[in-house]
Amino acid sequence: MSTVASPQATAPPGSPGAPRRVGARRLIRESTLLRSLGLVVALAVVLGLISGGLSPYRNLQLAYGGYFFATLAGLTVLIGLSGQVSLGHGALMAVGAYGTALLIGNEGWALVPALVVSAAATAVVGIPVGAAASRLRGPYLAGATLALAVGLPALGDQFPGTFGGENGLLINPPTPPSFLGASFSLERWQAWIVLAGALIVLFLLYNVVHSGVGRTWRAVRDDEIAASLCGVHVGRMKTLAFVISAGCAGLGGGLLVVATLSIAPSEFSLTLSLSLLTGVVLGGLGMLSGAIWGAALLVLLPNWTSDLANSLSLSGNVSDNLPFAVYGLILIVAMLVWPSGIQGGLRALARRAWRLTAGMRGGRNRTPQRGGNA
Amino acid sequence: MRQHPVRRTLSVLAVLAVALLVAACGSSSNNSSTGGSSSSSSGGSGNGGATAPGVTATSITFGTHQPLTGPAAPGYSEIAPASQAFFDYVNAHGGVFGRKIHLVIKNDQYNPTLTVNVVRQLVLQQNVFGIFEGLGTPTHTKVVGFLNSSKIPDMFIASGCPCWDNGTSQPYSFGWQPNYTIEGKILGQYIKQHFAGQKVGILYQDDDFGQGGLKGIEDEVPASQIVSKQPYQSGTTNLAPQVTAIKGSGAKVFVMFTVPIYTAIARLTAFTLGYSPQLVVSNVGIDPLTVGSLLKVVSKGKASGDKLIDGAITDGYLPSFSDTSNPWIQLFKKIKDQYDPSAPFDGNVEYGMANAYTLVQALEAAGKNLTRQGLINAVDTQGATWKGPGLVPFRYSKTDHGGFSGVQMAKVVGSSIKAFGPIYTTDPSSGGAISTYSGTQAPPPASGVPSS
Amino acid sequence: MTKFIDLTLNGVSTGAVYAAVALALCLIWRATRIVNFAQGAMLMITTYIASAVINSTGSYVVGFVVAAAAGLLMGVLVERVLIRPVENAPPLNAVIVTLGLYTLMVAVAGMIWGATPRSFPSAFSIRGYDIGGTRILFAPNDTFIVLVVVAIALGLAALFRFTSLGLQMRAAAFKPEVAQLLGVRVPRMFTLGWGLAAVAGAIAGVLVAPSVFLGPNNFDPILISGFVAAVLGGLDSPPGAVIGGVVLGLALSYVSGYEGSALAPLAALAILVLVLMIRPGGLFSVTSERRV
Repeated sequence: MSTVASPQATAPPGSPGAPRRVGARRLIRESTLLRSLGLVVALAVVLGLISGGLSPYRNLQLAYGGYFFATLAGLTVLIGLSGQVSLGHGALMAVGAYGTALLIGNEGWALVPALVVSAAATAVVGIPVGAAASRLRGPYLAGATLALAVGLPALGDQFPGTFGGENGLLINPPTPPSFLGASFSLERWQAWIVLAGALIVLFLLYNVVHSGVGRTWRAVRDDEIAASLCGVHVGRMKTLAFVISAGCAGLGGGLLVVATLSIAPSEFSLTLSLSLLTGVVLGGLGMLSGAIWGAALLVLLPNWTSDLANSLSLSGNVSDNLPFAVYGLILIVAMLVWPSGIQGGLRALARRAWRLTAGMRGGRNRTPQRGGNA
Repeated sequence: MRQHPVRRTLSVLAVLAVALLVAACGSSSNNSSTGGSSSSSSGGSGNGGATAPGVTATSITFGTHQPLTGPAAPGYSEIAPASQAFFDYVNAHGGVFGRKIHLVIKNDQYNPTLTVNVVRQLVLQQNVFGIFEGLGTPTHTKVVGFLNSSKIPDMFIASGCPCWDNGTSQPYSFGWQPNYTIEGKILGQYIKQHFAGQKVGILYQDDDFGQGGLKGIEDEVPASQIVSKQPYQSGTTNLAPQVTAIKGSGAKVFVMFTVPIYTAIARLTAFTLGYSPQLVVSNVGIDPLTVGSLLKVVSKGKASGDKLIDGAITDGYLPSFSDTSNPWIQLFKKIKDQYDPSAPFDGNVEYGMANAYTLVQALEAAGKNLTRQGLINAVDTQGATWKGPGLVPFRYSKTDHGGFSGVQMAKVVGSSIKAFGPIYTTDPSSGGAISTYSGTQAPPPASGVPSS
Repeated sequence: MTKFIDLTLNGVSTGAVYAAVALALCLIWRATRIVNFAQGAMLMITTYIASAVINSTGSYVVGFVVAAAAGLLMGVLVERVLIRPVENAPPLNAVIVTLGLYTLMVAVAGMIWGATPRSFPSAFSIRGYDIGGTRILFAPNDTFIVLVVVAIALGLAALFRFTSLGLQMRAAAFKPEVAQLLGVRVPRMFTLGWGLAAVAGAIAGVLVAPSVFLGPNNFDPILISGFVAAVLGGLDSPPGAVIGGVVLGLALSYVSGYEGSALAPLAALAILVLVLMIRPGGLFSVTSERRV
């Protein structure tokens, strides 16, 4: 009997030839839950270490990136996987943000329950919105969600006693627990909280995306009629995508409150919703890693463009507006050069690299077997 | 579904790359200030020879947040560069105790999220000594708590909200311009005295500015006279519903707590309706250069801009920028021509320079051994005695951080504003008396730089 | 009663402006199936150009014509240079390109002309008509605006319905491959669509600038309302854009007048949702989805 045998193909289960190592590898490969858990734990450790080495302001930027990621991840799933364009997620962030601020500030709740409840409340708000949205297509959906983005924050001006009117609300900073030591800065604690929330979103969405639900969404996105012929309840699936992305946006809004300790209606303008859309597309539509890139862009790009403009000491009007001109230019060029966003562009590069190195790696795998090579 | 090994590796690598990138950016500091090492959020005193963060032997660095672009930028974007021009002038004359004043201007686009971000950046990354002239109420209210808990001087905020008045709860924050309610009360008193019995309609911006002004007006004008109160949201493009309501109420006196662009829109709408009431406009929204230029080309010259606001009643706490005989105006104009030549010389530029003058006075009073607490104490104990371009004294004390205590009535004549009558002072409280101030404006120091 | 009349007239005149912007958006959608978020910025720039021309020549008409011509040129350039490369990409890419273009144009306008808004002349008097002793909230200039908008809408409708060019444009938008096989010069149709839309937008800008003033950000609310109006009326229908604009203008006017201006954006949302639930393609939607 040949001692060299391809383990998976030829060794019957239970025989001495089947190594146990394969089982573990197959488990990792085939269990989304374990994979996502491993990914999240690894990221948590890496981010925790990085956060320790950063200055307080940089930690705050990590926090900003975290709440953007929470929202962008939901949005990229909604747009990229279920095919529904929403220009209104800024308004949904407002719902989560105001919910968190009111629960912590007015009702005196603890942080985590406030975040969870306001995220859930936003998801509940997402039910009627999603149901309405599931009936609309393309620009009509965009228009309706745009009206949502403009209209909903106007509610913030409405009951000034509760919502604080134009000035909005402030909350007290969360104090780091004493076991972390006295030198543990507030900003680092804020970053930890927000990143924890972001990692939970990553974990949940990773599992949803790689499940049957995710596949069904893709089917609905690609061909609604065919999907419905296969027995998929299209309306319900689209609404589900909206509800989940709304919950993520609500959590993102709550985490925004943790990061900035304040909210006002003017923070949730149409500009925010359009920035979210930009982040999702530029990062890479439909991919969770694209959402990471998008979050990094949304946090870092405005700073880079401002620093660039400042370093060129120009006269008033020009230097005030230069960051935005550069930003707009980057958006245009990025879409022309990398139509699939950053992550898509990287994948294309990697695929090309993989193919180029394939020749080096194992030509004998491709040529037909000659002689007794087993 | 099995993931392609390339894709999986790529995802993990992408995340690690981002993390490393952020860490790399974090370890290098950009735009490093003169302050030296990074400060913790609890502020505090000296390091390495300097007396405080943001202070060295040769420089003092302040930061500010301003709407340099966006819908709130018109007019306001001129203020900080004008302050900077005044600081440049002072620096050219030796600075304050040999230290040059630097102002780092950051754009927050009037978006409170960005305000929080840039103020944190200024304090945590660029180690400024303090924040100066932070502009806007919805924006600045988001950073007041942070600045006070971190014991960072929050000097002469560019907003008339009473939010900064309480020196006990917010010891590090100081207002500067007259409170909107103070202005409303004094305008209201004028209406009560000179338009007795006439119907009054009020158009106001639906925020602290408009609501504060309305409160002041209501405090003085009898309720029976006020026949219409119409709020509007900043950002709207159409004031027709409000103006038609005010016209329909029969108001002969039209009070406006509006910013210049809405003063102009409201006036245009009134013109369409053939409605020409007596205008009473807050000093915030009546700069004749700004409003006049917006009304300049109306119906092909059948009614030109200035005429539409001619005769409007307003108020002021600084000498009118068009009063070229005033030595302060001459000084500011000279400084502007040299250090901020591209800006027009209007109320905003005057505001920026006058506010900067007060900061220099405060720095002089704080002494050569400059500390954050020292600056605060200087304003608390001496601020009320300072004489400068203002027509009225300051209210500063340990408990009251309110800024100018009153205004003088004024009238729009052509493209300038002419002050008239006595100078009034009051407090923002309801029913607080209005008294007349009989002091006179001191002339500027010969060099133009305040001395201690 | 006068309040109701004034609010109605206000609604019609503001609605006409929304309709003009909606027509431009509708045209681009019909021609290239893209929503142009840079429309507001493009018409802002052409209005600045018109302002400069009027100031130097003293003639409103010349300024108007130059604005339209500049719009045509700008639309053609934008389509050829920026949109053509992303026409075959996922539709959101074109949206991001137009968003980037919007940011870039507003920034450039701020750099050149500064942040302070300036006034813009109106074609006709803005003093309201005198009806029985009271002046109503409708002036000769408002009549002009309404007439121009109606003329543009009718012109576009006629173009699409009755001319071969219009048919080619519609074919190029619906099924580019098939149209190309049938001899339609598809890229040229796309460019033409953008050019015409930019002309409509430029005219809208010149019409609205007297009342909102000319500044880098002053047209943003108009664009948002125009988009909502276009969606309300049906993006495929020029008459729909006009009706949508008027309906929106009236609704916002009534709500602001009777309930307060703070509720106006909510009212717009409510109306849009209501209409779209009943007719998911807008009031005048042309195609109906096949439901299995």
